[in-house]
Amino acid sequence: MTSFPLPLAELLGHYGSYMIYLLVGLAFGATLETAGFGNSKKLAAQFYFKDLTVFKVMFTAIIVACVLIFLSSAVGLLDYNLVWVPPTYLWPGIVGGLIMGAGFIVGGFCPGTSLVAMATGKIDGVFFVLGVLTGIFLFGESVSNFAVFFESSYMGRFTLPELFGVSYGAVVVAVVAMALLMFWGAEAIEARVGGPTAQKAPRLAVPAAGGLLVLALAVMLIGQPDNADRWNMIADEQLAMLDERAVQIEPAELLDVIHNAQIKAVLLDVRDERHYNQFHVHGARRLSPEEVINSARELILEPANTVFVTMSNDETAATEAWRALKAESVPNVYILDGGVNNWIRTYSDEAFVDEHLIRGRDNDQPAYRFDAAIGARHPAAEPNPEAFEIEFEPKVKLELKRAPTSGGCG
Amino acid sequence: MSDHSRAKPYMNPYLAGTLLGIVLFLAFFITGTGLGASGGLNRLLVFFQNLFVPEHIDQVPYLLKMAGGNTNPLDSWIVYLTVGTIAGGFLSGLIGRRVKVETNKGPQISNKTRWMMAFLGGILMGYGARLARGCTSGQALSGGAVLSVGSWAFMFAVFAGAYALAYFFRRYWN
Repeated sequence: MTSFPLPLAELLGHYGSYMIYLLVGLAFGATLETAGFGNSKKLAAQFYFKDLTVFKVMFTAIIVACVLIFLSSAVGLLDYNLVWVPPTYLWPGIVGGLIMGAGFIVGGFCPGTSLVAMATGKIDGVFFVLGVLTGIFLFGESVSNFAVFFESSYMGRFTLPELFGVSYGAVVVAVVAMALLMFWGAEAIEARVGGPTAQKAPRLAVPAAGGLLVLALAVMLIGQPDNADRWNMIADEQLAMLDERAVQIEPAELLDVIHNAQIKAVLLDVRDERHYNQFHVHGARRLSPEEVINSARELILEPANTVFVTMSNDETAATEAWRALKAESVPNVYILDGGVNNWIRTYSDEAFVDEHLIRGRDNDQPAYRFDAAIGARHPAAEPNPEAFEIEFEPKVKLELKRAPTSGGCG
Repeated sequence: MSDHSRAKPYMNPYLAGTLLGIVLFLAFFITGTGLGASGGLNRLLVFFQNLFVPEHIDQVPYLLKMAGGNTNPLDSWIVYLTVGTIAGGFLSGLIGRRVKVETNKGPQISNKTRWMMAFLGGILMGYGARLARGCTSGQALSGGAVLSVGSWAFMFAVFAGAYALAYFFRRYWN
């Protein structure tokens, strides 16, 4: 299992973990200030092509961070699935961005830089921060009027490599190359518009740029770990759990979990559509085996008290799905012990079980015959927990969540 | 307060950018989330709103998430990040002898005009940042580094908005 990001709440406690964020903030504020971002004139000069500091600092930061993130993910140090990628809400983002662009040229700061300006005694920074607070207040009061737009064009966790259908490494190389070209252009523009006051690039700039490009190429050559690589990192430990049957929960425990108000149960039925239509546990979501890996990133965003349970007719397909989800770092995944067949056996009356038993079936095929596709309308699909008092050995243990559920500007 | 003439010059932008990139990487590497600023301000504001008009908070869904019922709006990592940012900016300014009460503005306008415009620009910035679910740090910088499509679209929109209006404000900044 990758070591990073660290399970901060587990290591330091709820409030202890906040100290890390305080330190990150200190470093962030100090860097912004030394870059000159506390000075509105320097920031605004960006838009008159005199001093392209904003652009240079921002894109240098993006490409340096980008290369380091995907390099550490490529070598298995960092789990990209547990990294917060701001979800895409395309149009609210674009309209908000345009409004912010206007705010930038009118006010001379963005929220982060205005904090640094305020901290270093700039009165215009203080007025800007007061303005930001007012703007946020107005937004909170007015968002109900356009809630539909605010929630529109949602595309979830959607990345550039997915958009263009190429590898992460290829996009990293392209972004680095593009930024370096733009830096070269920025220097040329500054030399013409800014005149002799323009700052010279440090002597190390060219070798550093070359070094970054080499690292980006390394990211592309190594490639990001796929589901099989990710499984290999955790295989020993997880195979032991499978053998000890520590993750196969009995139907009685699943019924208990479904009716536990403090747990959100997400049932993932990985059987054929035909079998799902004939019978499924009430509330189960059908997930074809091909969709399992791609659904993982959405599942990671579920609240921390979510328990995922995979099920097939017996256990084979459910175990495959479990492995794939575990490898993708989905927390709290379990397998329904004995599958849907065992569930039907547990929660149907004896007459049904005797009459509908299919003899001589293959592994992971239905054990009971249904004459019509009744889905969740069968009595066993939604058993009354009070009618079945069955003892079980509890196995579900909620793990503390490592993946952030909010990020950036949460 | 120090004499402005003794202020140390700002760091070279590529060097500062590299440092900022390393800070951003470490934030993702250690905590799993990037940087942000407007979210912290949002929660500080909601904290004070909650002190004075708690009933109002409980009626607006957007505010409810942060401070509904017994939820403490300050119980979030982003608040600590924001406090750290202010303190870090101050310390760095102190070391660089750049802490000075002053107003930075174009030569053709008065201090009062600059303050008013800073306030107006702040309103636009605050409003836009909440609509876009993040500011320059949370969306453009952090989302850009992890290759989010929405963050890149947002980033181009910010630059487009500012460049589109820059011409009309040229006398104001130059």
